[in-house]
Amino acid sequence: MSVLPFIDVGLAFLVVTVACSTIITRDLFAAVVSYVAYGLLLAFVWIRLHAPDVALTEAAVGGGVTGVLLITAGKRLAAIKKAAPEAHPTTTLKLLTGALAALLACALAAAILMLPDVPPSLAPEAAAAASGPGAGLGNPITAVLISYRSFDTMLEKVVLILAVVGVWSVGADKAWGNPPAPLGRPGPYPAMVFLAQVLVPIGALIGIHVFWVGADAPGGAFQGGALLAAMWMVAMMARLGEPPRIDARWLRLALIAGPAVFLIIGLAGISIAGSFFAYPPGFAKPIILFIETFMVLSIAVALPMLVAGPPSEGNRP
Amino acid sequence: MISALDLFSIAAIGAGAFFFVAGTIGLLRFPDSLTRLHALAKADNLGLGLVALGLIPRAENGLGALKLILIWALVVASGGSTAQLIGRALRRGRK
Repeated sequence: MSVLPFIDVGLAFLVVTVACSTIITRDLFAAVVSYVAYGLLLAFVWIRLHAPDVALTEAAVGGGVTGVLLITAGKRLAAIKKAAPEAHPTTTLKLLTGALAALLACALAAAILMLPDVPPSLAPEAAAAASGPGAGLGNPITAVLISYRSFDTMLEKVVLILAVVGVWSVGADKAWGNPPAPLGRPGPYPAMVFLAQVLVPIGALIGIHVFWVGADAPGGAFQGGALLAAMWMVAMMARLGEPPRIDARWLRLALIAGPAVFLIIGLAGISIAGSFFAYPPGFAKPIILFIETFMVLSIAVALPMLVAGPPSEGNRP
Repeated sequence: MISALDLFSIAAIGAGAFFFVAGTIGLLRFPDSLTRLHALAKADNLGLGLVALGLIPRAENGLGALKLILIWALVVASGGSTAQLIGRALRRGRK
């Protein structure tokens, strides 16, 4: 008898427990920590479901980048609370919020319970597209993302850019163009500097490797980009590099490079290969890798900018 | 038949699991954050190191074995540094 079913049941139990503790915990920091644990456990679930690509993304984004994002958001919230004492929500508002959340949960449960026996699926079509002419990639996931669902993949990156614009626009008018506030405390701390000096070069190499093997093995642009983003954040937290001015030309170009290159090649597909986002047969793989290179660049720049926050009014010019 | 290499793997991974269990018990039972950090570091460094050592004979090729060692080295570097950072935060909080 195999031990795997027991591990699976234990894993599912753990995921639900950690999810509950994330919701129930009243302390913001503790809730974020259990949310990160939840993301890492989910990565294991995806591995058990034989989806290593999703597991990589979940570990990098759910376990890593989102955690940093939420912790910095929590720190800023604490600073705001200190400045203005908290206004407690009224009982009516609390009841309304609870009712709304319960209603949403019921609607989701109903949707799952009322699924038809054979749910409508695009999987066969996607599989055909991934193995069809013009794909030419060893990893079907990457082929589907860039070839079959190309428009979705591009819009994903546009959403990231919109999020960065949203974060920037929260800053004060006179701060516009300034760099965001530094991520770390003032003054270098030897342990953090050591960590950054050891981790960043290796991590950057692994990030590029994950992107490169993504064409033929589990990995890809988002996973690699998220790793590179994390390495830039570590370097900024160790104060080995400061956040760039948000009006820097190179920063803006790097942000839009991914979707822009994707869109230009997609439009060129109309005249060369006959339809929007079609790749000429035989050239699909180099073109896809070319697009993904810029995607990686955009992701690696957008995620740290989300964490760094709005431009600061600090005393730097 | 169990070969000598298999025995080596079982012994090393078993010892690694022991350190993980011991570290977890320490994490749950030790009285304050600094001693809990100490327990955690043992599990990370020794436990994972022994598990990686036990898995090396089972790696597909030399590159796979090298990756196992690299993973362990990265965890040791980041785990040790994070413990330092948490320790510093604790000391600041107490002052």
